[in-house]
Amino acid sequence: MNELLVKNAYVIDPINRINGEVMDIAIRDGRIVEDVGPKATVIDAGGCLTLPGGVDSHTHVCGTKVNFGRYMSPEDMRAGRVARRGVKHATSGYSVPTTYANSYRYAVMGYTTLLEGAMAPLEARHTHEEFSATPLQDMMANTLFDGNWGIMNAIRDGDQERVTEIVGWTLSAVKGFGIKLTNPGGTEAWGFGKNITCIKDEVPNFGVTPIEIILAMIRACETLRLPHSVHLHCNNLGNPGNYACTVGTFNQVPDLNEKRQTLYATHVQFHSYGGSDWKTFCSKAEPVAYTVNNRPQIVIDMGQVMFGKTTTMTADGPMEFNLYRLHHDKWSNHDVELETGSGIIPVYYRRKNLVNSVMWAIGLELALLVKNPWQCMLTTDNPNGAPFVKYPEIIALLMSKKYRDAEFATVHPETGSRVVLPALDRELDWNEIAVMTRAGQAKALGITGIGKGHLGLGAEADIAIYPIRVGEVDPAQEYRKVIDAFSRTKYTIKRGRPVTRDGEVLVHGENTTIWVDPKMGPGHDISQDTEFVKMFDRYYSVRMSNYPVQDEYLKRSLRMETEAVF
Amino acid sequence: MIYTDMVCPFCGCLCDDVVIETEGDRVVRVDNACTLGTHKLMTTRKDRLKGPIMRDGAGGWRDASYEEAIEYAAGVLLDADRPLLYGWSSTQGEAQGLGVSMAELLGGVIDSTTSVCHGPSILAIQEVGHPGCTLGQVKNRADVIVYWGCNPTEAHPRHMSRYTTYADGFFLQNSFRERKLIVVDIRKTETASIADEFVQIKPGGDYAVFSALRAIVRGRGAVVPPTVAGVTKEQLEKIAEICKSAKFGAFFFGVGLTMAPGRYKNVRNAIELVDELNRHTKWTLTPLRGHYNVYGSNEVFTWMTGYPYAVDFSRQIAFYNPGETTSVDILARKECDACLIVASDPGAHFPRKCLEHLASIPTVLIDPAQTVTTPLCRCQIPTAVTGIDASGTAYRMDGVPIHMKAFLDLGYPTDTEIVGRIFEKVKEVRHP
Repeated sequence: MNELLVKNAYVIDPINRINGEVMDIAIRDGRIVEDVGPKATVIDAGGCLTLPGGVDSHTHVCGTKVNFGRYMSPEDMRAGRVARRGVKHATSGYSVPTTYANSYRYAVMGYTTLLEGAMAPLEARHTHEEFSATPLQDMMANTLFDGNWGIMNAIRDGDQERVTEIVGWTLSAVKGFGIKLTNPGGTEAWGFGKNITCIKDEVPNFGVTPIEIILAMIRACETLRLPHSVHLHCNNLGNPGNYACTVGTFNQVPDLNEKRQTLYATHVQFHSYGGSDWKTFCSKAEPVAYTVNNRPQIVIDMGQVMFGKTTTMTADGPMEFNLYRLHHDKWSNHDVELETGSGIIPVYYRRKNLVNSVMWAIGLELALLVKNPWQCMLTTDNPNGAPFVKYPEIIALLMSKKYRDAEFATVHPETGSRVVLPALDRELDWNEIAVMTRAGQAKALGITGIGKGHLGLGAEADIAIYPIRVGEVDPAQEYRKVIDAFSRTKYTIKRGRPVTRDGEVLVHGENTTIWVDPKMGPGHDISQDTEFVKMFDRYYSVRMSNYPVQDEYLKRSLRMETEAVF
Repeated sequence: MIYTDMVCPFCGCLCDDVVIETEGDRVVRVDNACTLGTHKLMTTRKDRLKGPIMRDGAGGWRDASYEEAIEYAAGVLLDADRPLLYGWSSTQGEAQGLGVSMAELLGGVIDSTTSVCHGPSILAIQEVGHPGCTLGQVKNRADVIVYWGCNPTEAHPRHMSRYTTYADGFFLQNSFRERKLIVVDIRKTETASIADEFVQIKPGGDYAVFSALRAIVRGRGAVVPPTVAGVTKEQLEKIAEICKSAKFGAFFFGVGLTMAPGRYKNVRNAIELVDELNRHTKWTLTPLRGHYNVYGSNEVFTWMTGYPYAVDFSRQIAFYNPGETTSVDILARKECDACLIVASDPGAHFPRKCLEHLASIPTVLIDPAQTVTTPLCRCQIPTAVTGIDASGTAYRMDGVPIHMKAFLDLGYPTDTEIVGRIFEKVKEVRHP
């Protein structure tokens, strides 16, 4: 029996409606319990801010494309070198750090659960291998279905049941967590160097449109009763005027689930652009936020841009090529047969650049204009908008108008005429930040039931204690203190065990991989379908029997079984 | 017993449709594999050491127990000021990962065979990136294939039938007829003999030919002289036109490009040509990797250290500087004072000067069979072969991770087991 008692914790736990109560948290064998015995190890939180462990519902930290970002960027590796010490491995990298570096830095910031935003099913084994080397967080993988031939064919044939069966089989086979659509249809078009502009364009050679893919996948997701909703990277990312496509997409989404959203739209900053070209580029955060405010079935994450150097990487191959043609640095691309694509380029977001300045403002506007914090998560689409180590600064920007104004004074002088940010007075409170960085993310992912994102009885004892006393600091004025506090926990506790203390990593750790295994019942096993098997045999370059990820790739496995209702 | 959908542990194609028939612990039949793969699978028991061997002090060998050999290997590594851990291309990913952790704790250098094959390709990619794809993408879409400085007919015999020229593809009615094959080489190889266009370049002329093609593709053909490295302007213009009018082009290259004069600059120029062609149509580029899991070594090293090969931990940080931290350079400078070689054969590939140094220091080899490297070592530990009597992970040349399956049990420990046991001994002395 392993017992721990966290005393004098100033707890904010939005899911359990606790907003600033000083209390003790008892932990036994990794779970939160009523009380513990007198021999329990005691940690004195000293009245400091104590939150459930952070949850990142959209980040790129493991897998083929992330590793290619590392592989092609020795300059980025040199920018983040730390020597091996004690239980800590040597680490490298700033925007695309090694798995250990990601894990340590996230842990030091109090994050204990991460969702890898994009995993190509064909290359899933790679993602799982890297999960095993990310020791201090529990991991999940969004599985890419944006250009899946079997699914597009089934949609064209009007066979929704088949769509659901393919999704269910694939998630199970590759040990994925949720459905990810990245520029649906666009990645297939990119197979021949083309792209899709919005949801009504037809995908070349397949006779379906992106909106048909999105809606069919939403129905499949709900039929399979997946914990998380469809997770969408909209079409037309990064182009002036794309907000219309984003709003148009949101308006088509039905409200099908009582427990959570029906659509999670990711890095919406990159999809909230006005203007008709780069000269007229401006913010359209207002109409996008307005749509979200009127549609409770939508949850978004910010995809905030922060100034400095980073690496962009996405399954959206055509978008990366277009971006490369603007930046001219270096470009990698990796199309995945029958499934999806990807691209990578390094970028430098500059304050002196008007477009970059507007992008920076849009992310903040979205977070401030979406009224309900449960509908807007704090992310940078790590590392696309900025490396996740910038989260503390974003928290401070959202909590302090003064800080925003100070920063605004340093950006491109014309920014003011393109954005509404200076007019927004809202300052988020501690509870709202807790929602946007853990509680809301856990709810959106559908993992509160397995004890994530809250500190109620029976919850996983994933806890972040930040060295700040809420009553003694005015975040609107003392934003530096907020940044410092969120940059380095006093303690990060994972599964009941302190894993970092004052920025020092204490244990090697061992991650759990959370995945979904939908049970579909007899007659729904697509792997027995002759047409599906034929497609595999003819067009994949691996055999169907070699496609599924073996159990041995998951060191600790948390299988969430669901029961499909056709 | 008949085993289907087995994965061949020979080259970077990682064919996963091999059928193997065994009788007892003998392989009696192999279907679907190429000559190279079939040979490896059929003769797997030939030349294997029965157990570890160590020098007997009189210039000969004596048998040793695994325990003794592992103890010796750990002692040698712990005793070294600058240990080199080299090889890692024909082994499972799990062993590669342990190797990295051990190099880190020892403060040593870990490097893979990459540094003598596609190391220059990686340097080029680090400068300009890599427009690539999985091989199934090529198979289903490509109507123009280029093989440059490589001879897949002999080195990757099933590459053309599984992924390119002879492979059926979704978007092609008659794949063989509809695809154009361009081969560029300094001599007319087997592959060249079936090409629609064979471009014969004078040795060392690759860089100039790429530059000429880039100029033509960009519409600046006027600057190109009548012949470039032995190739006529007329042929270059024809090639450029074929490339530009492709629906999907796939460019493959081998060590004929990476190790020819110009080295990584050649590859950089190739990538920039592909980049240029992407402004007209779709093109991708893929290095033809040799050993079945050399790409896996790059992947594992990268997620663990940030760098794909030649990683030096002597300052506790991961440090990478090919030309300095690459094995050949370290050996040529007589810098390392102990070497652990895993699943590769530098004796057959390294310059003589390097081998002389290797023979003069305590070198331990982990390899199933006697090789050209054996005589240079003081101790050899035989292990199971991944894909035959060990299972494990390997990465295909295009990055697709494949689970290798075992079908025999010959009683040998795996590389992961042996490296792991050496690492355990190291950790007993040098605590993390």
